[in-house]
Amino acid sequence: MIKIQDVFFTYPNGVEALRGVNLEIQDGEFLAIMGQNGAGKTTLVKHINGLLKPTRGTVMVDGVDTTKVSVATLAKKVGFVFQNPDHQLFSETVEDEISFALRNFGFSESAIKERVNWALNLLDLAEYRKVSPFMLSGGERKRVALASVLAWDPKIVILDEPTIGQDSQQKERLRQFILQLNHLGKTVIIVTHDVEFVAECKSQVVLMSQGKIIAHGSAKKVLTNLEVVTQASVVLPQISQLFANLKNISFPTEVIDVNEAADILLGKLGDSQ
Amino acid sequence: MPIIETKNLTYTYPTGTKPAFEDVTLEIDKGEFIVLTGPSGCGKTTLCRCFNGLIPHFYSGKLEGEIYVSNLKVIEHPIHELARHVGMVFQNPENQLFALSVEKDVAFGLENLGISREEMRERVDWALKMTGIYELKDRAPYELSGGQQQRVAIASVLAMQPEIIVLDEPTSFLDPVGAKNIFEVVNELNKDLGITIILVEHRLDLTSKYASRVMIMDKGRIILDGLPKEVLNSEEARLIGVGIPKVTRLYQILRNKGVPLNQIPLSAEEATKDLLEVLRI
Amino acid sequence: MSMFNGFKFRSVNSTIHKMDPRAKFIYVCVMFAVAVMFSQLIPLLVLFIIQTPLVFVARVQKEWLRSMKGAARFAAIIFLMNVLSLYFYGNYESLSAIIERSLALTLRFMVLIESFSVFFLTTSPDLLGLALEQSHVPYELCFAFTTAVRFVPVLAEEAQTIMDAQKARGLELEGGSFVKKIRNYIPILIPLIVNAIRRSLELAETMESRAWGATQNRTNLYVLRMGRKDLLLMLFSFIVLAVSAYVSWNVQIPNITYLLNI
Repeated sequence: MIKIQDVFFTYPNGVEALRGVNLEIQDGEFLAIMGQNGAGKTTLVKHINGLLKPTRGTVMVDGVDTTKVSVATLAKKVGFVFQNPDHQLFSETVEDEISFALRNFGFSESAIKERVNWALNLLDLAEYRKVSPFMLSGGERKRVALASVLAWDPKIVILDEPTIGQDSQQKERLRQFILQLNHLGKTVIIVTHDVEFVAECKSQVVLMSQGKIIAHGSAKKVLTNLEVVTQASVVLPQISQLFANLKNISFPTEVIDVNEAADILLGKLGDSQ
Repeated sequence: MPIIETKNLTYTYPTGTKPAFEDVTLEIDKGEFIVLTGPSGCGKTTLCRCFNGLIPHFYSGKLEGEIYVSNLKVIEHPIHELARHVGMVFQNPENQLFALSVEKDVAFGLENLGISREEMRERVDWALKMTGIYELKDRAPYELSGGQQQRVAIASVLAMQPEIIVLDEPTSFLDPVGAKNIFEVVNELNKDLGITIILVEHRLDLTSKYASRVMIMDKGRIILDGLPKEVLNSEEARLIGVGIPKVTRLYQILRNKGVPLNQIPLSAEEATKDLLEVLRI
Repeated sequence: MSMFNGFKFRSVNSTIHKMDPRAKFIYVCVMFAVAVMFSQLIPLLVLFIIQTPLVFVARVQKEWLRSMKGAARFAAIIFLMNVLSLYFYGNYESLSAIIERSLALTLRFMVLIESFSVFFLTTSPDLLGLALEQSHVPYELCFAFTTAVRFVPVLAEEAQTIMDAQKARGLELEGGSFVKKIRNYIPILIPLIVNAIRRSLELAETMESRAWGATQNRTNLYVLRMGRKDLLLMLFSFIVLAVSAYVSWNVQIPNITYLLNI
C-alpha cells in the first residue's frame, strides 16, 4: 500500500508544487491522476519511487518511509515509465536495454535471460531482440521502454503520460495492456490529462489542481462532476458533456460510457413513444 | 485553380524500403479547413512536409509525381520561397522557439526575408494580437506554458502572411484546455482571414467540427476524403481505427438499433440538439 | 555550479543593463589591459575598488558575490603558488614583500573576474548576439551563440530527467570507483546526445520553414545605437587606459611594505 500523508513539496527554485496532499493507494488498484499541466501530478508520483522527497509530510510504500531508502531500492518495487522513451534508451540492442535494470538489481544471468524473454513476448517485441532501439519507430520505442521497466516485475507500475502522440488503436492496445497488468495483481498508476482514455479505462481517478487533490473517486463520479473538472482545467468526456446538457430533462448525469449512454437514450426514447 | 494540387505523388525516404506514401492525388481550394488523420505511420506527417518543400529539398529521398502549391511547382522552388506561401507549425513547441523573447521569435521569419524594420514591427504586433499573446511579447520562451509556446509558433508563421498554414499534430504535448485554445485560434485564422488550413490531428472530437473536409490516410494512401460527417460516420473509418468522436459512435449505435437522429453529430453541442429534436417528437 | 550563476544574465531594470554591450566590452578590455600593466598592490587595489559601485548600480550584488566566492578558491591557490615560488626562486628581501607581491597578482585575477562577472550579469545574451551581429560577426555564428544560450537551461533540465529515468531503473550514480563512475554516466550521456541531435533536426526544419537563407541582407527587429552614457563610458575607459599607461611607465609606485617600513 502507498500512503501519502500531508505532503508538501517545494522545488529548489521556490515553486510550491504540492500543498498538502493526502492519498492512500491500495494494492492492486488502478488509479489515474489527472489535472492540468503544472497541477503537480508528475511531482506527486515522483515521490512514490523516491525521486523526490517531501519537504514536509511522509510517503510510505509498503510500510517503508521513502526518505530512509535509496531510489534504487524503491525502484525494485516501483517501476516508473517516463513520458519520453528517448530519455531512457541508450543500449545497442533491445535485449541489452531490457537487461539494464535487471543487471542493476543484481539478477543472475539465467534469471536475466528468462526475464528478457518474458518481457519481449509480453510486449510483442521478440522480432526486435537484436535490433538497435534507435532504429525503431516512436510507438515501438515506447514499448521497449515499457518492457525494460516491466522486466523486473515491479509490484507497482507508474506510467507518466502514456497516451501522448498515440493514435486510437495504440491507445486501445495500451488500455488492454494496462488491464492485463492490473489483473496480474499489479498496482497501476497513470498520470494523464486524456479524459476520453480514462473514461474508457474506468479506473479510480484523482483530480489535482494547484498542488492539491480536489477530487477522488471512480471515473464515473469524478469525470462527470462539472465543478471539479472545471476547477482542474480538465474537460468532460464528450458523452458526459452531452448528458450534462440534457440534465434539465431528468437524464442521469454520471455517464461516461458510449454503450451505457445508448442504453439510457433508447430507454428514454422508448418511453416517449 | 486549387491552392494545392498533387498528381500521383509518391515519396520514399532515403533509407526507406517502401514508399512512405504513394499515388496521392488531391486538390485543395483556397479557404478550406482540412483535417488530415490516420493511424501512426500512415504517411500523413510525411505528406504535409511536401507542402512547404521540406520534401524534397530538406529530406532528399525519391519524390515522384507532381505537386503544386500556390501555383509554384514545389520541386523547382527552394524552401525559403515556398515559406512565403506555406507556414508550418510542428509538434514540439519548445523546438520552434529560438530567440530569448517572444517578439524576436515572431520576427525571425521576417528578418530572414529581409523585411524593413517598420514593416516588421507592424506585422509582429499584428500577428501577436491575432493569436491573443500581445501581452507576452517581452517574455522568454521558457517562461511560457506549452499552449502559449505553440501560439508563439503560430504567430511566427502568421507574421509571414502565408496563404496556407499546415499544422502537424500541434497539440500532442498540450492538455485538453490548451489544445482547445489552439484549435480556436486556428479556426479564427481560417474563418476571419481566409487562410487555408491543413491540420494533422488524432483529436477528432475537438477538431472535426471546424473542418470543411476530412481526409483519412492508411498505409500510405488516402482512403477517405470528404465532408467530415460523412467520412467519420463511414464504416471504413471505423475499420481503419481512427478515433471518431464518441457522439458519432453513439449516433451509429442508435441508428443500428432503429433510432436514427436527423443529423450526424460531431460534437456534444450538435448531439444535444439532435437528441432534443428526436425527444420532442 | 553556483559559481557559474555569477556569470549568468540576470534581468534588472538598471542603467548598466541598458547600456550598449559594445561599450561595456571595451570597458572590460581596458580593465584587462590596465590590470596587466601593474604588478603593484596599490593600483590593483584601486582598480578592484573603483568597479564595485558598478555592481551596486546594476543591483546584481548577490550573484556577483557568488562569482567572487567561487573565484576566491582559485585565488587562494594562486596566492599560495605565488608565495611559494617567490620564496624559493625569487630574490625578495622580506616575507612581507613576498606576501604583498602575491596578493597583488591574486588581485589581478580577481579584477578580471570582477569585470567579466559584471559584464555577463548585466548583458542579455540577446543583446550580446545583436552586438556581435552589428560588429559584423557572420550571422550564423551569432545565431549559434544565442540559440545555444537559449537551450542551455532546456538541456540541463533534460539531463536531470534522464538521470531520474535511469535512477528509476536502478542506476547508482553515487559511490563506486572512478572507472565505475564514468561508466555509469554512459546511460546519461547517450540519451542526452541522441536527444540533442533530434532536437537540432527539429530546429533545422523550423528554420527552413521560416525562410532561413532567403536573403544575405538579413534585417533585424532591434537595433543597437550607442547613447550618451555609452560614449561616456568609452571615453572614461580610454582616459583610464591613457593615464594608467603613463603612470606605469613613468611613475615609481611604492610598495605598502616599504611605506610601512616592514
